[in-house]
Amino acid sequence: MLQIHREICGYCGACVSVCPEGALELVDAYLTVESDICRCCGICTKACPLGALEVTDEE
Amino acid sequence: MKNEYDVLVVGGGPGGALAAWTAARLGLSVCLIEKRPAIGAPVRCAEGIGKELLKSFIEPDPRWVSADIKRARIVAPDGTTIALDENKAGAEVGYVLDRKVFDRELVWQASKAGSDVFVKTRAVAPIMEGRHVRGAVVECCGKRQDVRAKVTIAADGVEAKFARWCGIDTTIPLTEMMSCIQYLVTDIDIDPNSNDFYLGNDVAPQGYLWVFAKGERSANIGIGIPASKNKPDMRARDYLDRFMRENFPNGKIIECIFGGDPVSRPLPCTVADGLMIVGDAARVVDPITGGGIGNAMITGRLAAEVAAKAIAQGDTSKEALMPYDAGWRQAKMGKTLERNYKVKEYFITLSDEKMNTLAQSIEGINFSEITVMALLTEIIKRNPKMLLELKGLTHALI
Ligand SMILES: Cc1cc2nc3c(=O)[nH]c(=O)nc-3n(C[C@H](O)[C@H](O)[C@H](O)COP(=O)(O)OP(=O)(O)OC[C@H]3O[C@@H](n4cnc5c(N)ncnc54)[C@H](O)[C@@H]3O)c2cc1C
Ligand code: SF4
Ligand code: SF4
Repeated sequence: MLQIHREICGYCGACVSVCPEGALELVDAYLTVESDICRCCGICTKACPLGALEVTDEE
Repeated sequence: MKNEYDVLVVGGGPGGALAAWTAARLGLSVCLIEKRPAIGAPVRCAEGIGKELLKSFIEPDPRWVSADIKRARIVAPDGTTIALDENKAGAEVGYVLDRKVFDRELVWQASKAGSDVFVKTRAVAPIMEGRHVRGAVVECCGKRQDVRAKVTIAADGVEAKFARWCGIDTTIPLTEMMSCIQYLVTDIDIDPNSNDFYLGNDVAPQGYLWVFAKGERSANIGIGIPASKNKPDMRARDYLDRFMRENFPNGKIIECIFGGDPVSRPLPCTVADGLMIVGDAARVVDPITGGGIGNAMITGRLAAEVAAKAIAQGDTSKEALMPYDAGWRQAKMGKTLERNYKVKEYFITLSDEKMNTLAQSIEGINFSEITVMALLTEIIKRNPKMLLELKGLTHALI
């Protein structure tokens, strides 16, 4: 699953528009992921200037 | 908030503000919604803008101009510096804004012109009738309502979710999304009238690092590199921190911002039935500099003008809104975007050595104007051997 490290995230949106599925969104200054759309491809993890996203093995 | 407007603008950045301001001035009923609790904050920008461009929208005001820039310096990987001086060059360099205040001023103008403005109010879905966009479902403090509009202007910036919800692919490839981080640093020795750009694969691979003066002893110091260049142990933040340690170890960081800056080509089409897309959402950012404030304002204003005509004629179909798309593409802005995209594509192929050679060939020149073409002409005049090197670029430009 895609894990958002909220303590690192700066809620900037750089990851939002690289997600080919449109699974990410900034809602009330929080990054949210729609887990049923996310296919854990990891593309968004590369866009983050801070390293706040991680694809983990957890279900 | 009413349930029906002529124009609904989603997003309160410079693109949305100019759209709302212009539409209201043209006598339309306008609603501008901004999902953040405050217009202009947090700012995601280095705040640089050309003087003439800015003045074509609004008279500069010391309340939101932080620095009047007279020089730009481009520092090559080996330290060779190309100085572009306003006095010598005769061309304007620009201002560094205080965007928190600037963005508010633009929205304030929109409001004064008659536009309704709602903050902490976000679009959560478009209202669609078949393929025609008829407004948006908006959410304000947990309460949802329909806001119908003859034309909806998506000015929601880099995220560009609204157009995506309407079925338009706004995805940015990793190579074209600049992953940015910036510190506002105080108590440092800088030239308060200079904007400096540092290049090189060691400093900012395929991007650049900037030091934009924000007053006597403070500056926006930031970096943008393609998202594809971020490595787990070497992200944009790591490059910037290293630069800070080496150049401004005693600077005080009083603000830290992050953001994405799309340096792709614009969307293939920026209109649909009942929908217009402006600014970063339309991907009209300068691919070389990453600058998008001016282009957001240009597209915002033009979109509102075209919307007003379409609404007056009672036809807000894609076809009726097309003059907006064609308008900005055929104007100087569209042509510059296309040319600068090709220039960027060329520059990202350059090794540090080639960048140094280029910089050495133009060091010390007094340019008559600060344009890409002027730079190229001078390089070739001074160092005809560079013609071969620049073949790819000249080919791109002609
Ligand atoms: C680090 C960095 C440095 C930059 N430096 C410069 C520079 O020096 N000069 C320059 O010209 N440009 C610069 N840019 C680019 C510039 O900031 C943008 O091009 C400009 O802000 C685009 O304006 P806009 O109105 O299109 O979008 P934005 O200014 O991004 O405004 C979009 C607004 O829409 C809101 N929004 C999003 N979704 C919704 C929704 N669903 N409902 C309601 N509201 C919504 C957002 O909260 C936001 O306020 C930089 C960008 C970055 C990231
Ligand atoms: S992992 Fe892939 S699908 Fe999931 S949010 Fe990130 S980019 Fe989108
Ligand atoms: S790019 Fe990083 S900091 Fe920005 S919203 Fe995404 S996870 Fe957060």
